[in-house]
Amino acid sequence: MAPSVHAVVEHLFRQESGKLAASLARSFGLSKLDVVEDIVHESLLAALTSWSFHGLPENPTAWLHRVAKHKAVDHIRKRALESREAEEILPALSAASHTLTFEHNFLPGEIEDSQLRMMFACAHPGIPVESQIALMLKTLCGFSVREIASAFLTQEATIEKRLGRARKYFRDHHVTLEPPVGAALTDRRPAVLTALYLLFNEGYKRTESEDDRSSADGLLNRDLCLEALRLALLISKHAEIRSPETDALVALMMLLAVRFDTRTAEDGSMVLLSEQDRSQWNQQLIETGMEYLRRSEPDVYTSAYHLEAGIQSLHVTATTYAETNWAAILGLYKQRYALTPSPLVAMHMAVAVAEVHGPQAALELLDAVPMPEHYLYHAIRGNISLKAGAVESARESFHSARTLTRNATERALLEARLASLEAGVA
Amino acid sequence: MNEFIFLYRGGMNNQNTPPSAQEMEAQMKRWQAWFGKLGEEGKLKDWGAPLQREGKHVAAGGVITDGPFSEGKEVIGGFSIIKAKDLSEAAQIAKGCPVFEAGGSVEVRPVQAM
Repeated sequence: MAPSVHAVVEHLFRQESGKLAASLARSFGLSKLDVVEDIVHESLLAALTSWSFHGLPENPTAWLHRVAKHKAVDHIRKRALESREAEEILPALSAASHTLTFEHNFLPGEIEDSQLRMMFACAHPGIPVESQIALMLKTLCGFSVREIASAFLTQEATIEKRLGRARKYFRDHHVTLEPPVGAALTDRRPAVLTALYLLFNEGYKRTESEDDRSSADGLLNRDLCLEALRLALLISKHAEIRSPETDALVALMMLLAVRFDTRTAEDGSMVLLSEQDRSQWNQQLIETGMEYLRRSEPDVYTSAYHLEAGIQSLHVTATTYAETNWAAILGLYKQRYALTPSPLVAMHMAVAVAEVHGPQAALELLDAVPMPEHYLYHAIRGNISLKAGAVESARESFHSARTLTRNATERALLEARLASLEAGVA
Repeated sequence: MNEFIFLYRGGMNNQNTPPSAQEMEAQMKRWQAWFGKLGEEGKLKDWGAPLQREGKHVAAGGVITDGPFSEGKEVIGGFSIIKAKDLSEAAQIAKGCPVFEAGGSVEVRPVQAM
């Protein structure tokens, strides 16, 4: 069966646009990032109009790359005629050799390399870390400004400003895509890993409702997670830039991906961890994920990725929810909290506290930390209240959570919980 | 049956902001549904094609200038050939065109029979 329009469009936006941008940026340089983004944009528009008439081509990716190449060459030709600016675009290259480089940049192996270069080039110390990450998400991962704003819990205008300033910096400083070497390169790695972590999370928290088109939130899917994993693996396989943190991040992503298929029921509704069919978990992913976790030397290193991968490893190796080693999980969460004492970490830790020390202790923890107006906080609080027998308080929490969530599947789950509460009380 | 050229103006590829994945998917599905329906009803003579935005304008005396020739929403973004009983039926058919969803319009012109 031919792939659906939905699948193809998602794929193009999430993966191909980033590959295109990376390949193009290698020819144009980061100082021409606006030109690069224009060409990507125009190519997507050309695809949109052409495919509206003629249907999907046999190989949409190849089609898009071909069009982008034409547009890029056109652009350079026009520039060359108009002004001396062409010299600036491609300093040392004659027209002929430049075309060669261009073709070269679109070869599969080179595309991967371009993406790596692009990631590390975006992580430029001349711009703030938040801007570096926003830029990576925008150009390399096909995120819309709105999606970046949601990942950062901030306003779209803020993100626009960050992106604008970053582009200006690259333009003013004539930044190329040449990666730095040695320590200057590895210094940039944390920002790159953070961007990949955010990319994965963004996909993961939305995989539940990938087929629900009614949510206004711009739904993503597991493609996003797999793309984050693919890019993390690129780094992890690169002898010069790999690190224990990278391996731990790969492990974390794989161990979370284990549960992809069991998080949603056939009707699309959400299945909680305690009710998932563990026999359906992807054993091969568990094995590979655990292998990466071992490679990351968790006894020596304790980065956030190490700790979170450790937590996930305990979940996926537990035969049942009840037999989960909650004490060990709680220990890891405490270390994680010590690293970043954020409400978000405390919120997840509360679940482990409830399992080890009982719901009352968990509620005390939640009360002690100023919690964000986040649906997950209320949902977790509701579950714990329910365990503590505080039905009225649970109902309030589920109500708040339902009001706050922007995801239709989550809303459906919360409504089901509320309905069962009503039935239980009546 | 007579033939009519539908000229789609604007709303095709004149957006200045990048389309989101959702918009792109929705628009493609709308156009596919539109052509699919016309095909089933036997109203479609030729899907035609979308047109690229750039172009040249050649005037008498051999003066060649660059397009675009008019405002963004006036630029012809594509054409199709439709079969209909008469002009009013053709205009009725045009009402279902997805170009409106993107702020465009359709010019319906009867093809002069030989």
